[in-house]
Amino acid sequence: MEYKTVKIISQEKLTDDIMSLWIEWDGRASVVPGQFINVYINDPARLLPRPISICDVTDRGLRMVYRITGEATGTAELSGYQAGETIRITGPVGNGYPLDDIMGKKTVLMGGGIGIPPMLYLTKKLVGGCTVILGYRDSNTFLMEEFENAGAKVFVATDDGSVGTHGTVIDALRESGIEPEVLCACGPKPMLAGIKAYSADHGIPAYISLEERMACGVGACLGCVTSTTHTDPHSHVKNARVCVDGPVFLSDRVEL
Amino acid sequence: MADMKVTMCGVEFKNPITVASGTFGSGMEYDEFLDLNRLGAVTTKGVAAVPWEGNPTPRVAETPSGMLNAIGLQNPGIDVFLERDIPFLKKYDTRIIVNVCGHSEEEYLAVVDRLNDADIDMMEINISCPNVKEGGIAFGTDPKGVEAITGAIKSHAKKPVIMKLSPNVTSIADIARAAEAGGADALSLINTITGMKIDIRRRTFLLANRTGGLSGPAIHPVAVRMVYEAAQAVSIPIIGMGGVATHEDAVELMLAGATMVAVGSANFGNPLATTEIIEGMERYAEDMGIKHIADIVGRVK
Repeated sequence: MEYKTVKIISQEKLTDDIMSLWIEWDGRASVVPGQFINVYINDPARLLPRPISICDVTDRGLRMVYRITGEATGTAELSGYQAGETIRITGPVGNGYPLDDIMGKKTVLMGGGIGIPPMLYLTKKLVGGCTVILGYRDSNTFLMEEFENAGAKVFVATDDGSVGTHGTVIDALRESGIEPEVLCACGPKPMLAGIKAYSADHGIPAYISLEERMACGVGACLGCVTSTTHTDPHSHVKNARVCVDGPVFLSDRVEL
Repeated sequence: MADMKVTMCGVEFKNPITVASGTFGSGMEYDEFLDLNRLGAVTTKGVAAVPWEGNPTPRVAETPSGMLNAIGLQNPGIDVFLERDIPFLKKYDTRIIVNVCGHSEEEYLAVVDRLNDADIDMMEINISCPNVKEGGIAFGTDPKGVEAITGAIKSHAKKPVIMKLSPNVTSIADIARAAEAGGADALSLINTITGMKIDIRRRTFLLANRTGGLSGPAIHPVAVRMVYEAAQAVSIPIIGMGGVATHEDAVELMLAGATMVAVGSANFGNPLATTEIIEGMERYAEDMGIKHIADIVGRVK
């Protein structure tokens, strides 16, 4: 993990509240899908960094796709930064998905809402293709074509039924008839709880990326813990830090 | 260059900057970003006699120029701490101040007894913890209670004892005097100010614990006032803290009466906050023609 100031290459709106931000990135610094970046907001009145998942890393740079969480928020300020401006970051943070354990298996990736972006980089890393199930609120199906272009077989579920399955990503998985050997997921907690239950029912491993309110973002403050089923080797209690011990956990090792 | 050394309770520090307990772990995480040898001292996260699970999440929330936290003093317990964290810190040329927490006098003393034989420089006692025998009221909110717990700890401690004071009191001067009367070797203040934040759409508390401790630049003027009042009330040295984000903030606390200054949640917004503040203080001393930084302590006119 490094703390550095980086230049913004470009920033564009994907939907009303979803932004795509590219920053300069030294390609030699290896990034594992599922890791994230702490972005420090330039306004000193906003004390805490924003943890934002990594959507892609290419020769061009590193891409983050994030949601503007409201008016006058840190992400709203970030969305106003232009190409050529700089931001401070730490990263890449966290463990990411264990590529060696999922490569070559019948893997289904599931992304819900702002949990979709990290699945794009994972899709690109899974040589030979994979199945992706994307859950959206409505017909604003941001990044969907990019998953198709990356060679994934894509299924969609929407809350309002406007595209694909009317329901959850689990509903879409059942409808597809696919029987996965491994699940990789990122999304809101109720979705992850559903995937944890599916994983237990079907006896397959599910790697889920958790989201939690963070402060330091580097493992020091113990703000962003998740309850674990076993005593954590670092904390010595049944709590693990989402930022650096995760954000990806085997679903049967955490309590949601 | 100005002499940045300060001395407190007979312990010499290479400069006045340490970190606020709980914002820096035991330094392991920040070691990736900065040279721990640069710090006057590392003040470690509160450690108890046994592991503490801490509070449910959400534990943190950002607020204007600050943040709330209700971590609940999660810690791995003194055994792990002595085996893992102290040997780590001993690799560096910096002083070690160990923060101690407990739910009862016995729990504090159990940790103090273990630290007596450890290779550390000072211990800092967090008396903002809830006292289980008094219905969860914090030890640090009543002068009699502060004097009693300070006296009990001093009767066991073989290292200098810093009592860390809560700002959630009517008169910080009374509390400071009580700690001094109990035999405290030094004071540190301010701990966080109790606050609350509500999510207006969900109509729920943002923190699972409902209340949390406010820190960050928002509380700095309160810290300056309380450090000044405590410094006027007692003759023992003070570590000032509360919203320090720049070297100007640190100098302010020293002028108000602090011998040392701790950087807390500013570490979250800038992992290099401590070393940048030290460099800024060196420039300030140079610009102002100050030969010894210790000379500015309490020198507000």
